Amino acid sequence: MKIGILSLQGDFKAHAWMLRRLGVDPVEVRQAKQLSSVAGLILPGGESTTMLNLIERENLHGPLIEFSTRFPVLGTCAGAILMAVEVRSPAQRSLRLIDMTIERNAYGRQIESSIRRVEPEDNFIQRTVAGPIEAAFIRAPKIRRIGEKVTVLAAYDDAPILVEQGHLMAATFHPELSNEQRIHTLFLNKIQQEP
Amino acid sequence: MYLTDSFRLKVGLAEMLKGGVIMDVTNAKQAVIAEQAGATSVMALERVPADIRKEGGVARMASITKIREIMEAVSIPVMAKVRIGHFTEARILEALKVDYIDESEVLTPADEAHHVSKRDFKVPFVCGARNLGEALRRIAEGAAMIRTKGEAGSGDVVEAVRHMRTIQRDMNQLTVRAVEELPTAAKELQAPLELVEYVAEKGKLPVPNFSAGGIATPADAALVMQLGAEAAFVGSGIFKSEDPERRARAIVKAVTYFDNPEQLLAASEELGEPMRGLETGKLDETELLQTRGW
Repeated sequence: MKIGILSLQGDFKAHAWMLRRLGVDPVEVRQAKQLSSVAGLILPGGESTTMLNLIERENLHGPLIEFSTRFPVLGTCAGAILMAVEVRSPAQRSLRLIDMTIERNAYGRQIESSIRRVEPEDNFIQRTVAGPIEAAFIRAPKIRRIGEKVTVLAAYDDAPILVEQGHLMAATFHPELSNEQRIHTLFLNKIQQEP
Repeated sequence: MYLTDSFRLKVGLAEMLKGGVIMDVTNAKQAVIAEQAGATSVMALERVPADIRKEGGVARMASITKIREIMEAVSIPVMAKVRIGHFTEARILEALKVDYIDESEVLTPADEAHHVSKRDFKVPFVCGARNLGEALRRIAEGAAMIRTKGEAGSGDVVEAVRHMRTIQRDMNQLTVRAVEELPTAAKELQAPLELVEYVAEKGKLPVPNFSAGGIATPADAALVMQLGAEAAFVGSGIFKSEDPERRARAIVKAVTYFDNPEQLLAASEELGEPMRGLETGKLDETELLQTRGW
């Protein structure tokens, strides 16, 4: 099974390292045609403005949206911003995949970045293993609103930090920079469950 | 130190900047152009290196008004430079909450023997290096990102290439040395044994390794990426060129598609004139910026 990682910019190598640890082949995706060989896609951390810029200039916008209707997609931090239907502070365009409103840099600047140990919700533990999630928030966004079809898998400081909507998942932190395999494992399970 | 939450967060932001371009800007208008072109970060400066070179005088930390104006204009991370060893300038920038500090040879050094002790800061630092020993000494002091020094403000990529190749070669050589040879290697490199052992085992630095100094075209940026840089800093190359907006966009594209010749061709077309540049081989020793720092 091959999993794509959108590799326009950001920490895509960290995601590739995590996938290899879980026994899966990562494929760096920079062009639309590369989406045809993968069964799922990760939108990595990085700068969402940069990624959005390249997505639009390289005509990846349509193909990415189309891919997400058929296959699972996981976004972390900047990736989560790309997936939200509404982006604030400042408002910016996105792929509009998950029914949520997300606020960029909501914790403040880099000096306010932090690593927190967060107890996940029961519906996360039941499908993986118990224990706190190590959540690295780096100039992280905050999810300010979620729609009815969105499920919260973990929350911190009154805001969801890990959510799912069908076969789509988004985290406002960076599991790829931690020794935290459960989020990627859950994502891989979704891919295996696809018809 | 390398496993603490604080250090991991500093390196974490550098991870987010990988595969991207960090652009020098001197005002809010340029910062917005850089952000819209796809820069991952901007470096707030009073004067770009090419002008510092031309005009001379003492180059210091940029004015706070200017840095703040830039921080308010964009949503991407903002970096700013301090003079080598000037830990008070660094404390001021930390209080201002810039996202990254560059302890830079481009500014006039404030201390001829010591760099800033960067471990004590909450804000992350990037430092320049010409070889592995210099890179590891900066990391030991607490730098969370290394960049080649190159020769800033020259528009000549030769020094960045030399420094990137030197660092890569020094690292490759360590990986084939016997364990009992590493203390001697540490002595030769004038770097802590612990870091020398890390590089010998992994073949890479414990922090991201970026490139800077003389990058002026999309092809230059792709070249340093091919040589192992994980991102590129572009200083005078953008806003000293004929059409900064286009050139900025083209360099962003070149860094993403650095190993794809068709995309590089597209990025290189219709760019307008590049910055004029100075051939570094013809510069006098005293004119070099890269020899600052120790």
